[in-house]
Amino acid sequence: MSRVHVTCTVNGDETEFLCDGGQSLLDALRDEVGLTGAKEGCGTGDCGACSVIVDGRLTCICLMLAPEAEGASIRTVEGLADGDNLHPLQRCFLEGAALQCGVCTPGFLMAATALLERNPDPTETETRYALAGNLCRCTGYDKIVKSVLVAASQMNSQMNGNNETKENQ
Amino acid sequence: MTVTESRPQYKFVGTRPVRHDGVDKVTGRARFGADLDLPGQLVGQVVRSPHAHARIISIDTAVAEAMPGVKAVITGEDFPPVEPGVGDYDMCVNLMARDRVLYEGHALAAVAANTAEQARAAAAAVEVHYELLPPVLTIDEALDPDSPVIHSHLFTSGVDPAPAEPSNVSGVTVFTRGDTAAGFVEADVIIERELTTQPVHQGYIEPHAVVADTDPHGRCTLWCSSQGHFNVRAQTAAMLGWETARIKVIPAEIGGGFGGKTTIYLEPLAAELSARAGRPVKMVMTRAEVFRATGPAPGTKVRVKLGASHDGTLVAGKAWMAYSTGAFGGVAALLGAWTVFESYDIANFEVEAHNVVLNTPRSAAYRAPSAPMSAFATETVLDELARALGIDPIELRLRNAVTQGALTTMGAPFDRIGFVECLEAIRDHPNYTAPLGENQGRGVAAGYWFNIGESSSATVNLNEDGTATVVTGSPDIGGSRASMALMAAEELGIDVYDITPVVGDTEAVGFTDITEGSRATFATGMAVVEACRQIVTDLRGRAAKMMGIDVSEVDWVDGRAVHSGGEHDPLPLAAITANAKRTGGPITATGSLEARGVGPSFAVHLCDVEVDPDTGVVRVVRYTAAQDAGTAIHPSYVEGQIQGGATQGIGWALNEEYVYNGDGVMENPGFLDYRVPVASDVPMIDAVIVEVPNPAHPYGVRGVGETSIVPPLATMANAVAAATGRRILDLPMSPMRVLDAIVNGTGNGDGSVTTAR
Repeated sequence: MSRVHVTCTVNGDETEFLCDGGQSLLDALRDEVGLTGAKEGCGTGDCGACSVIVDGRLTCICLMLAPEAEGASIRTVEGLADGDNLHPLQRCFLEGAALQCGVCTPGFLMAATALLERNPDPTETETRYALAGNLCRCTGYDKIVKSVLVAASQMNSQMNGNNETKENQ
Repeated sequence: MTVTESRPQYKFVGTRPVRHDGVDKVTGRARFGADLDLPGQLVGQVVRSPHAHARIISIDTAVAEAMPGVKAVITGEDFPPVEPGVGDYDMCVNLMARDRVLYEGHALAAVAANTAEQARAAAAAVEVHYELLPPVLTIDEALDPDSPVIHSHLFTSGVDPAPAEPSNVSGVTVFTRGDTAAGFVEADVIIERELTTQPVHQGYIEPHAVVADTDPHGRCTLWCSSQGHFNVRAQTAAMLGWETARIKVIPAEIGGGFGGKTTIYLEPLAAELSARAGRPVKMVMTRAEVFRATGPAPGTKVRVKLGASHDGTLVAGKAWMAYSTGAFGGVAALLGAWTVFESYDIANFEVEAHNVVLNTPRSAAYRAPSAPMSAFATETVLDELARALGIDPIELRLRNAVTQGALTTMGAPFDRIGFVECLEAIRDHPNYTAPLGENQGRGVAAGYWFNIGESSSATVNLNEDGTATVVTGSPDIGGSRASMALMAAEELGIDVYDITPVVGDTEAVGFTDITEGSRATFATGMAVVEACRQIVTDLRGRAAKMMGIDVSEVDWVDGRAVHSGGEHDPLPLAAITANAKRTGGPITATGSLEARGVGPSFAVHLCDVEVDPDTGVVRVVRYTAAQDAGTAIHPSYVEGQIQGGATQGIGWALNEEYVYNGDGVMENPGFLDYRVPVASDVPMIDAVIVEVPNPAHPYGVRGVGETSIVPPLATMANAVAAATGRRILDLPMSPMRVLDAIVNGTGNGDGSVTTAR
């Protein structure tokens, strides 16, 4: 069977891979590109462990065919930190003990990233609904939701701080 | 919030450092079971039964073997023969059916091929001829003498005289104390209820996965996620008939287990396929396979009868229990019988618990196995007793709670325990008296579990620069690396981040039992402490040499060797390790032990629910959970265990259940139809850590992983009863069932239906 050639951007890098026409983008990222941060927890779009951001939209890529990624810009958990500097969400998850086994964590971080980009100051309820597509069986969600809210407030105060600095200049 | 009995103030224990494996887990670097690939790797696929019960007439693998890319096909015949009821028969036959398939999803063959697609195609081409047999699907069916007997070799154990005929009851456990009949005669109020629960799955997000690489000499390396890699090695060796030393198991990060990964499913199949193909084989379950062939927790039918005097003193108890352990027997009934009355000081009781075999997946441990269902029954009846007696439900429990010296069900006295402290913590919590809104109700319930001991090993190596590596054999499911590092830091007196906690493979560390029974921080922690204390003894001796004094004059204080006479400057640990070559060589020690001392742990949960009278939907408004942790080594992860267990219990109470059609085919093997709680289903869970140190542990640890799932079933049911005036005795309390109770008056009312003498 002939393989499909796909060119896309993954975490800012132009990336090419060959895939089968029926292969999921999740399998292609994991098996062809070698990024195993996104996990398969169900294969049916119900658990969110494979959540990444495709062209700005939070997507369960177990339900997306790999050839559909042609030309797309994909952001995965591997691209969340800036070098050694963790993203505020990553830092807050660590400091807030928002993970136990950690297998759902990449998906939650991407879902939370998508939430804060859309809504930088979410309420607890908005956060819970935004994360409702991601299953965590360990934490009971308490520390995850708290960590997202803390990250949001840190990011906002940092942004306000930056704005103030700019104004002062 | 933490309620602490007086205990020593520690420098590291009880603090909240970022866990050592944390960065890997927030950056996608952590390698879980399915994240490893080897060069030349094949993909394995299991062939599973579509029938709940059938005789295998024949399996024809010829077509599959000839298909493109197929490198190996195996069936039950390719494993050493097993004898019914002997040794590891249940495990071996569960992993690969022999003459019969015993549940839908039962493995009966496996293939390995170049690609997943080829493996799936070949699995579909394995031709199996079945003779269908009638399935036994419910506890009532299994106990009916006219029903088929699933295993002709299964004679009920634990009854005297031994039965002459086989049955679907694999074992009976009986506990008695005092004179139960006389006790009930003394009672002023007696309430008896029959309650049922359905099988539920552990629901770990990571499906089972393994990579096996068997070399031409027959040595096999397995990479897999499990709760205990030494157990994976033992079970794999047992099924293959291999010597243990042929197998090395390297633990991957584990994506949740909750008891469901204390046993194996794929490893011997992958090892055998790899041996035949001469190439590594990777096998990963789909979610549907996880539901159909692994876990679940047993379904139950439990009758509990309690008698109390007017002042609330429990005078007699009687329990009849049945746990469905799926296609094979188990220990579920024993654990149910043990826990059903364990929390209360009752002078007279009789407990009889049955393990019932069905044509459903073999049940596996699930967090405090058997206790949530037994507590559901006892704590529901207690709630009704409290109403009937007009006594506050916490007060009723306080009047009967076990305390130090009270007898356990097994007959030994309790050591220092914190049940009363947990009850008081909830009674004194503002949520216990918070105002309730319309259609809202409040429930409270308690739960008991314990940590077990078992074997643990730990090796501590000091590095030249004064840092330390702590190697244990306990897979880290929820932060145990951090707790090991905290205890080691406390012992050695060096910073917690100067310690690298490592989970060693089966050839890198001494034998260690499974991470189960809330034992990792307790028992493996004891091994770490023991190794560290050996190291400190060694360090004092070396410091004495360096100072030229007797070792008796050297104390170990805050990571430094201190001369008690004060004439010599203290030597920090790093100064001693830097001189190790001149004082006796590498500084290393191993602690290995069989941990003693069951650490009883109690929890009390409090919940407010709001029930929509039009839809029957139950919304959790507030949830508060108090639990005795002994000493919380890392309070954040103790809270996490409490919150996670509570939420699993909420799912069990409200939504989760295996649904079978009449043929025994599971109808909801996916997270869409098997609905576990999501973030929008639950509020913040207010975790109250109670610390009544466990006398059996150097830091007072009690296992914290499991107790939190014990109270929620009854807590939720009691809250729903309070909100609706209807007592629902069958879980889950799905909207349909709740609505039925509200509209049609099913259930047993609000406690008014009591039997008084």
